[in-house]
Amino acid sequence: MADLTTYFAGIRSNNPFWLASAPPTDKAYNVERAFRAGWGGVVWKTLGEDPPIVNVSSRYGAVSLGGAAMAGFNNIELITDRPLSVNLREITQIKRDWPDRAMVVSLMVPCNETAWTKILAQVEQTGADGVELNFGCPHGMSERGMGAAVGQVPDYIEMITRWCKSHSRMPVIVKLTPNVTDIVQAARAAKDGGADAVSLINTITSITNVDLDSMSPCPSVDGRGTHGGYCGPAVKPIALRMVGEIAREPALRGLPISGIGGISSWRDAAEFIALGAGNVQVCTAAMHYGFRIIDDMISGLSNWMDGKSYSRIADFQGLAVPNFVHWDDLNLNYKSIARIDQDLCIRCGLCYAACEDTSHQSIATSNGDGARHYNVIEAECVGCNLCAHVCPVAACITMIPVHTGLPALTWKEHPNNPSSPHFTGTTDRA
Amino acid sequence: MSAQKIINFTPCPCQASQNGNYLAFWVKPDVLVNKFIDEPDGICNIFRCRAGHVIPLARKDIGTWMADIDDHFRESHPPLTSAQAVTEANRCYFCYDAPCTEACPTDIDVPGFIRGIASGNMAGAAIKILQENIFGGSCARVCPTEILCEHACVWTKAGGPAVQIGALQRVATDWQMAQPTHPFIRAPATGKHIAIIGAGPAGLSAAHGMARRGHDVTVYDTKPKPGGLNEYGIAAYKLVDDFAAREIEFLLGIGGITLEHNKTLGDDLSLDDLARNFDAVFLALGQAAVNMAGVTGEHLPSVRNAVDFIAELRQAPDKSALKIPRRVLVIGGGNTAIDAATQAKLLGAEDVTILYRKGRAQMSATAIEQNWALTHHVVIHFHAAPVRIESETGELCVVTESRRYPADLVLRAVGQKFHPLDGLEIENGRIKIDQNHATSHPKIFAGGDCVPGLDLTVRAVQDGKCAARAIHEFLGCD
Ligand SMILES: Cc1cc2nc3c(=O)[nH]c(=O)nc-3n(C[C@H](O)[C@H](O)[C@H](O)COP(=O)(O)OP(=O)(O)OC[C@H]3O[C@@H](n4cnc5c(N)ncnc54)[C@H](O)[C@@H]3O)c2cc1C
Ligand SMILES: Cc1cc2nc3c(=O)[nH]c(=O)nc-3n(C[C@H](O)[C@H](O)[C@H](O)COP(=O)(O)O)c2cc1C
Ligand code: SF4
Repeated sequence: MADLTTYFAGIRSNNPFWLASAPPTDKAYNVERAFRAGWGGVVWKTLGEDPPIVNVSSRYGAVSLGGAAMAGFNNIELITDRPLSVNLREITQIKRDWPDRAMVVSLMVPCNETAWTKILAQVEQTGADGVELNFGCPHGMSERGMGAAVGQVPDYIEMITRWCKSHSRMPVIVKLTPNVTDIVQAARAAKDGGADAVSLINTITSITNVDLDSMSPCPSVDGRGTHGGYCGPAVKPIALRMVGEIAREPALRGLPISGIGGISSWRDAAEFIALGAGNVQVCTAAMHYGFRIIDDMISGLSNWMDGKSYSRIADFQGLAVPNFVHWDDLNLNYKSIARIDQDLCIRCGLCYAACEDTSHQSIATSNGDGARHYNVIEAECVGCNLCAHVCPVAACITMIPVHTGLPALTWKEHPNNPSSPHFTGTTDRA
Repeated sequence: MSAQKIINFTPCPCQASQNGNYLAFWVKPDVLVNKFIDEPDGICNIFRCRAGHVIPLARKDIGTWMADIDDHFRESHPPLTSAQAVTEANRCYFCYDAPCTEACPTDIDVPGFIRGIASGNMAGAAIKILQENIFGGSCARVCPTEILCEHACVWTKAGGPAVQIGALQRVATDWQMAQPTHPFIRAPATGKHIAIIGAGPAGLSAAHGMARRGHDVTVYDTKPKPGGLNEYGIAAYKLVDDFAAREIEFLLGIGGITLEHNKTLGDDLSLDDLARNFDAVFLALGQAAVNMAGVTGEHLPSVRNAVDFIAELRQAPDKSALKIPRRVLVIGGGNTAIDAATQAKLLGAEDVTILYRKGRAQMSATAIEQNWALTHHVVIHFHAAPVRIESETGELCVVTESRRYPADLVLRAVGQKFHPLDGLEIENGRIKIDQNHATSHPKIFAGGDCVPGLDLTVRAVQDGKCAARAIHEFLGCD
């Protein structure tokens, strides 16, 4: 049996699955149930200064795709709407009752040192294992100079992180907003400020849909809407990319990363860890199905690790990072072509339409024996994978590597590249 | 013609030639052909449907179905492919406090295991099933899911078909059985020794539960093979490829279980001896006796018990060697009647009719089972209660109030019953137990078909599981 214990930024938890700071971690009642279900840790719903903020009614929007509910999820909630003292009391009690689980407290107060100093001291008294600085909330708080308003300015990230490190003994995790052009800069600022770790992503600025009758963006609050924060399965690719970019950045080597964004299964979690994350956090999947999803996450990850002979999380953490390269490091001489399994093919023709209309006209259609057939014209296929993606039948279209006999060749060395030492063309540029 | 399918045939009773004359049932969506095939020149041109249309049929078209009778007993519901399984698993809504789990007599966490299939965690899915139901593999095949988990599936209320829970359960358990190691680990030995009588689903489920807890178990059975009705009773097309035996081999992988064949309680073994020599005894005897139809003529030579007919068929190494006469009548309205009738048909009987004394709604065979028989061209006559069986004219005949049914073989399927046993209190003809499966004897427990309750494999498995837990506590463990 694989050992799932993690020590993230020095914080021990019995598995790498934490609940992200959000409604699931809003109060003792929830967190108690989450721990009973098996979650390794929580990041408590973001605390702020009293008096607490006020939330609107009608808070969530969602994108459903082809019958799958909540492929993407959007919210216009703010940080906790409960008094600070109530939260602190509950955090103290839960940490006392569940000493083996990670208890991290998310914080967001105005951008002045006194405010941060004060709340850090209060949190420290709860016995919490660490704090997470919420520099990510993209709505409501940013207009007040907090959340993403801080996270989008690397200097502010660095400054506040430094305040926190100098006024607290607790590990400081900086939660980054994806609503920036360069996530590496934000992570670097956190590191320069002394952060023990970063976590990402927070939600992405979004409008899920517009009600065409009331002409209101959704969720509609009395006929009007506002942009919210997007999360759920739809954002996983964006989060993975950002995590990977930080993980592969030489200047950030060794900075622990808590992966967040669209994680719904053990497989998603394993992907984040392979791309460098030291643990993961989950919000939408728990909000969709309840805390019991942890069951399959733990057993699935553990069984998969057993199958691969990884005995600890660290054994596969970051293994995909060296393979996450820049485009010009890819081998241009690698070739694969599509193959259609005629036994599995259900003759829907989607591959044909896609390739014929929008790609490389590499699928032939024939109707010889009264049945429709689709076959790849191998000489034409560029190996783009489009047909394999549009095919509704799993494993019907596979991409087969072709042996070209050519040595690996990247764009950096390619004769068509004017900056390559092997450039063979002429260029107008002097 | 390619869309049409021959689904049944039988050798022509005239036996004129080896490969010449066959009686074929040729099924189109709307016509049924039931005519001799004559094959002088490779062209069979005298197919005639009931509407009188002549359908020419080339010999080559019927070549394949004539090849092998085993083909008729191939699996009724083939397994899902792994791609189909993932698609189906993703239909599951992952309901809270799920109705399907509530409907499962063994309390399997259905959404939990289905999520494992969807996420690619087969080992996790399998263990979730098997920890509640060590016969998860056979239950996936034999459970009437249409009245259990799938009946409860919320999809049926959302206007769609239920998630195929049974088929998904099979995917996960098949995966597990293909692994080299047993998924459970035995607790350290307790030194306790338990005797189980009856190696059917109830007995072996209890055996596994007790072996897991570290006890040693000896299972006695009067039959030469273990499995109970899984081996001798369930319809052949539900448990193909010797599945019953393979599943038991898997189950025994836990260790600590010894099987003793050809040992009969009442002859070779006595309750008193067992109670004296073992720390506890679990009776899982099933129902060894059958009910009689209660009419005259039942003892005529061509009147048989349906369960014996099925057992013979299940054990036949070569089904084509089994003799089946032309006209078969089955008396009864349950599972056994359906299974006996359908299998008689698949063996090649020409006319198979079920006589049931009440109406369709009262039939204990589910609608799906009834349809299964009907699509195999078994005829079911409702409100047809036999009043006597006679063979005065030399022809066997079942007589009801309104009709005479000539037959060559009559199969009696009017229920099994518990074979009486001395020394234990009995309730409604079966062994009386309390909620801990304890009988009136302090060291003896019982479960499965030999105690009151639903006669289903899954119920027997649950009884064995619960009894193992109760006996463990009785022995002062935990
Ligand atoms: C024809 C038929 C079809 C069925 N089809 C289905 C189906 O599709 N789905 C479903 O869920 N259920 C079905 N059932 C019911 C199901 O098979 C039973 O409910 C289940 O097998 C009961 O398990 P058990 O262990 O209690 O008894 P059994 O399976 O009957 O096992 C009892 C065992 O005890 C042994 N035994 C009996 N007396 C003695 C003795 N004196 N000494 C030693 N050993 C003894 C027997 O040899 C046997 O091995 C069917 C039943 C029949 C008869
Ligand atoms: C309703 C809701 C409220 C949230 N509130 C907070 C918050 O208070 N603080 C915070 O740091 N992140 C908050 N988040 C962001 C989540 O913690 C998480 O970063 C994001 O949802 C991405 O993860 P997911 O795809 O698993 O949901 C919230 C998300 C949702 C859906
Ligand atoms: S989940 Fe539904 S019932 Fe619960 S607070 Fe939200 S809107 Fe109300």
